[in-house]
Amino acid sequence: MLPIVEQLSDLSNEEIRRYSRHLIMPEVGIEGQRRLKAASVLLIGTGGLGSPLALYLAAAGIGRIGLVDYDVVDETNLQRQVIHGQASVGVLKVKSAEQRMKDINPFLQVDTYNVPLTSENALDLLAPYDVIIDGTDNFPTRYLVNDACVKLGKPNVYGSIFRFEGQLSVFYAKEGPCYRCLFPSPPPPGLVPSCAEGGVLGILPGTIGTLQATEAIKLILGIGQPMIGRMLLYDALEMSFTTLKLRKDPHCPVCGVAPEQVELIDYEQFCGMPAHDHSEYRSQNGAKENPVDEITVRELKARLDAGENPVIVDVREPHEWRIVALDGALFIPKGDIQAAKNAVLAGRKLREETVLAQIPDDREVIALCRSGVRSADAIRFLREAGYNNRLLNLKGGILAWADEIDRRLPKY
Amino acid sequence: MASIKIPTPLRVYTGNQAQVIVGGTTIGAALDDLVAQYPDLRPHLFNGGELRNFVNVFLGDEDVRFLDGLDTEIDEDASLRIIPSIAGG
Repeated sequence: MLPIVEQLSDLSNEEIRRYSRHLIMPEVGIEGQRRLKAASVLLIGTGGLGSPLALYLAAAGIGRIGLVDYDVVDETNLQRQVIHGQASVGVLKVKSAEQRMKDINPFLQVDTYNVPLTSENALDLLAPYDVIIDGTDNFPTRYLVNDACVKLGKPNVYGSIFRFEGQLSVFYAKEGPCYRCLFPSPPPPGLVPSCAEGGVLGILPGTIGTLQATEAIKLILGIGQPMIGRMLLYDALEMSFTTLKLRKDPHCPVCGVAPEQVELIDYEQFCGMPAHDHSEYRSQNGAKENPVDEITVRELKARLDAGENPVIVDVREPHEWRIVALDGALFIPKGDIQAAKNAVLAGRKLREETVLAQIPDDREVIALCRSGVRSADAIRFLREAGYNNRLLNLKGGILAWADEIDRRLPKY
Repeated sequence: MASIKIPTPLRVYTGNQAQVIVGGTTIGAALDDLVAQYPDLRPHLFNGGELRNFVNVFLGDEDVRFLDGLDTEIDEDASLRIIPSIAGG
């Protein structure tokens, strides 16, 4: 493939010394390094994937790197977001990253955009860059980045992670398939938890982010075989790398022969979930159509103090109960409740033969989880299974309890 | 018997099994055997008789949508995998 970047920038003697390990390889050489300096790359997200991307692309001598992120550094980020440090907690991520990148390489231009990427600003933000790198953490933004890249004719270096698994590809509709050729529509809300809900091995984004950085460099230089039309699956537990063939779908709604969708759309509505926590979008897991009743942690505390004894069901996973739990709660994971509900509805089992036997249907039940999303699902499953008693969701979950009632409890 | 690799997000429906051994001479029959073994998976893979369009099934390194879909014939020792949509970053 031809290099994505045609122009060449001049290098100073200091820069030539800095990049000497690149310059002595014929695949890069002085011309390649001048191309890297002339190149511009936009990183969507300065988190798990964005950290190694920003560090290595800065060190490699990309001339201009844009960072899009609206968030501030939080302590829970530091297990994997290695561009930020303890001293940056509370600082804007784009500013924290910019400072570290300029320390690594003072010859670099860093453009910071402290905004969420939206359908309104995406085309303007992406247009001035040669290569776009998707390091975001949610489905709506991934669809938005893809569709904007297709519209602008830009390559989208895609990486995605979950627990111990990662994916890598280059979606470039001019040359091959786009993200929508493989995933025409998102999974239903709730099926695939986010890293905040499902967890992620801290090193995993380091592996996938550095692979994304490698692909970006290859595209800019026009060397090797880019991951266009291929997807790499990485499984850290098996330590396996599997490559799949991806094909351009002629019926693809955005890059096919007769695209149905020519303008950017409302991706939060399309995915049925918010793109970021600053979002006004509230429909999580059918919450709009099927709301559940709630109780606040203060109301629950007051009732417990008054001597009431409601049934409290903790629907988190066993490894979470070991971190922190409320005294006296029943422990039944959401998945077990769902499986029991399905078995009852399919007529395979009676309710008494499942874990539901532990949950009364003749008195009030309060469900809780970490932040209140899974427990709302659990209540919907109980309703489907025929529970007509008063079922309340603990708003904000055990995190809210730790914030407002018992500050000695650990938060995770 | 063919094997189907189950992605992490769907393992809650297969009793945490990462790989399931299935019978059948076509992709469709193999998937039918999978959901017969793990009925809770069915609504996540199928909408009626059709595969849901966010579910990608690969035979070796090929997307079965570009083969013969559910009618694709498979060997005794075929390796199938379901490719998940994941979004973490």
